[in-house]
Amino acid sequence: MNVDIVCVGFGPAMGGFLTTLSKQLLKEDGTPAVESVAAPGMPPQVICYERADDLGFGVSGVVTPARGIKASFPQLDPTQIPMAAPVKQERVAYLLDPIGASRRSLTLRSADALIRTCRWALPYEYQAVNLPWVPPFLRKHDGLVLSMGQFMQWVGAQVMSSGTVQVWPSTPVASPLLEGDRVVGVRLIDQGTDKQGAPADGFMPGMDIRAALTVVGDGPVGTIGRQLDEHFGLPEGNHQHDWAIGMKFVIDLPPGADLEPGTVFHTFGYPEPEIFGFMYVHPGRIASLGIFVPSWFDNPVRTAYRYLQHWMMHPYLWRYLEGATLRSWGAKTLQESGRRGEPHLAGNGYVRIGEGSGSTNVLTGSGVDEAWATGTQLAEGVLELLKSGRAFTKENLEQAYVRRRRTSWVEHEGRVAERARDGFQRGVVTGLIGMGLTGLTGGRINLRGRSMPPYRRLPTVERYYEGRIPPAEIAKLRVECAKKGASLSGALMDQAGWPAIPFDGKLLVSHQDALLMGGKVQAPAGYADHVIFLHPAVCQQCDVRICIDACSGQAITPGPEGVPAFDREKCVYCGACLWNCSKPSPTNPERSVVDFRAGAGGLHSAEN
Amino acid sequence: MPIPYQIVVCGSVVPDPLQTLEPITTPAGPALKNELMLPAVLDPWAGHALFEAANLAKQHPGSKVWLVSVGPKAKLQQVMMTVAQKVPFELIALDGPASGFAESAEIAAALAGAIQAIPGLDQSRLFVFGGWESASRGAGTTMQMVGELLGITDQFQGVDQLTVRPDGSFQALERVEGGKHQVSACSALPALLGWATGNLPEPPNNPQVGMLNMRTVMPALQRAKPVKVANDGVAFASVSLPKQRRATKIVKDLSPDAIAQEIVEWIGKE
Repeated sequence: MNVDIVCVGFGPAMGGFLTTLSKQLLKEDGTPAVESVAAPGMPPQVICYERADDLGFGVSGVVTPARGIKASFPQLDPTQIPMAAPVKQERVAYLLDPIGASRRSLTLRSADALIRTCRWALPYEYQAVNLPWVPPFLRKHDGLVLSMGQFMQWVGAQVMSSGTVQVWPSTPVASPLLEGDRVVGVRLIDQGTDKQGAPADGFMPGMDIRAALTVVGDGPVGTIGRQLDEHFGLPEGNHQHDWAIGMKFVIDLPPGADLEPGTVFHTFGYPEPEIFGFMYVHPGRIASLGIFVPSWFDNPVRTAYRYLQHWMMHPYLWRYLEGATLRSWGAKTLQESGRRGEPHLAGNGYVRIGEGSGSTNVLTGSGVDEAWATGTQLAEGVLELLKSGRAFTKENLEQAYVRRRRTSWVEHEGRVAERARDGFQRGVVTGLIGMGLTGLTGGRINLRGRSMPPYRRLPTVERYYEGRIPPAEIAKLRVECAKKGASLSGALMDQAGWPAIPFDGKLLVSHQDALLMGGKVQAPAGYADHVIFLHPAVCQQCDVRICIDACSGQAITPGPEGVPAFDREKCVYCGACLWNCSKPSPTNPERSVVDFRAGAGGLHSAEN
Repeated sequence: MPIPYQIVVCGSVVPDPLQTLEPITTPAGPALKNELMLPAVLDPWAGHALFEAANLAKQHPGSKVWLVSVGPKAKLQQVMMTVAQKVPFELIALDGPASGFAESAEIAAALAGAIQAIPGLDQSRLFVFGGWESASRGAGTTMQMVGELLGITDQFQGVDQLTVRPDGSFQALERVEGGKHQVSACSALPALLGWATGNLPEPPNNPQVGMLNMRTVMPALQRAKPVKVANDGVAFASVSLPKQRRATKIVKDLSPDAIAQEIVEWIGKE
């Protein structure tokens, strides 16, 4: 099938692109402003394919400065978007460890002791210290608290009602169509296959969609973006070593939780010093809350879900959350290399936008606004090329899109932020100081730190728990867990002093119940497995298997002969397995032995 | 020579089946909490009807399928982006409630009116399809009233199979008690069939079908007529969700018989 522009992924970047583009494809009299090549006489045929089963599934709640979004919608009325609220107040809190199980350095333990001693003189409450002021680079003043799911559904309705753009959910894209170094479109996923991808009942091979321009906005672990990176490589000096998993709940706050819509909390220090937390309050007594677990958190059995529960139960948050009810749950990978993770932004027949294009600002912790802005910049460039009749060559796209991006605030602020998190490679305290220095000096002073692929950072379990759990005890737990098919991370956390979670069936629920009650995860039949262990022999030799503990949906479990097993029906498409893997690919040391391909299904909640 | 049928399918949106529903009382009557925020799908029973209609049309060249939907326009637009990739049809959209708290006679009247307004409708070739009830909250009366308003007296509900014959007659298998089917023969059209599950799998997504359908879907949504449902004379005595209890257990290497036994014991505890 031939179209003019084919787009991959409907996230905020594509929202910005299609919003801007769709407004200018028709003249006021309804005739085409530019004529389609694929369908002469019509406006350009613009098709966007989204992997998830509906628009807005599987994306995350945010607080955003919304500069780019407001520029696209100057008359934006947040009350028209479900769960949207203007930012009213922001708080940043350092959480102390109320139970003594957190793995804190001597520096932090000393700081904690000092805080507790001097708490009468500090803004101390509920085992936490409120920062007396929010650093300017972290502020989202005049911004919005959004449910990205609801926002993207709203954007989808706006762009499709223009009649010039089609957004098709539930249509994963398998691969780019490459002719030499030119991208000429995409191939959709095969349907009617068995788990291995072999044709089965109702087989329908993935259709080729040929287009003059392929717009890739499929996020940090998107299959098309990664295949382009494999083909073209990254620009010299760039890397994608830094990642995080964001896991969140959307909840109904209990009666009596007196929080104004638009209230924003950011926390650090607990449950582990490397884990950051957030809570955003939406209208209607709804809140989004969760944690970020970064790739430089060197726990080889890290699991986000249990940490999330301990974080919620910290007294600073529990005073608001006790009695709350889970509405929705989800997880997502964040590309934390930011500007330094930038791939080639344009080539013959293709362009990259959004988080997968390195637009996230790792200093301000802002990604949605930047992604949206890259989409609008591309739309302006595409319109310029369409109207002047120029082809979508690398040179023309560099001039029309990349140049716009390079001269924008996205690039300027991204450059400032570029080295903001380097200090975290050396530890949390160094990282926090480094971020502060970068932020307060506008990027002129940064602390150094050498970024490494996640697999090179990970210590052994014995090393990580050195001084806390004896190696013999770890060996015993390994055997017991293997016998029971139970999680090693859970057993180790128990042993390290983390208390059992007192399930209440409402907010504190088992991981599997979170999948079913919150994520409503589904996997339609007739598609191949999308998580592949490329080198089984490497997996068999692996004694870490962090992919199992780090899997957000418990979709990866111990498998036969040492190779992990994958259950597509539990996968939430967070992509954590891709970068948490502790072994490099034998063919590409920048990649792991886990492949994360195009697949159907996943979360069925639009409130995330 | 195969008969070119005219097949009108009635069907609208319902919340995605896995969503947590919470009835609330509003000044306008009962409603579901945050209904517009819930993901929606084409009612599964109506979906089966649509796929059966498309299959019948495919086997009878010259046939045409219409999908008549009453629902909030924004939700219809969203759901159509998934449904329109499945099978070819022409959408007739009516902008109205799909909450399940609307008087079925009023919805039936709106649907019947929209069907009567289809140009060139030929009763001798007309099948009216729909779900025999809404999968989530229907009264199971709407399709019957649509048929009555259209003057269609041959009606079949809970249909799992339709076999058409070259002379224009057909046979329908309707669900009856005890897991059995009632076999009915009908000599001529028009007829109304309220479908149960039918026998067809959900068709794969076909981008070309999607592109074709979009030529009518977006214009239909743009000109969707508003449908007001006054619910005059209707009083809701109470609204509640079916009682449900959930328990999750992860087991490995348990035989199907053992799993079945556990489920039976679990149900017996109620």
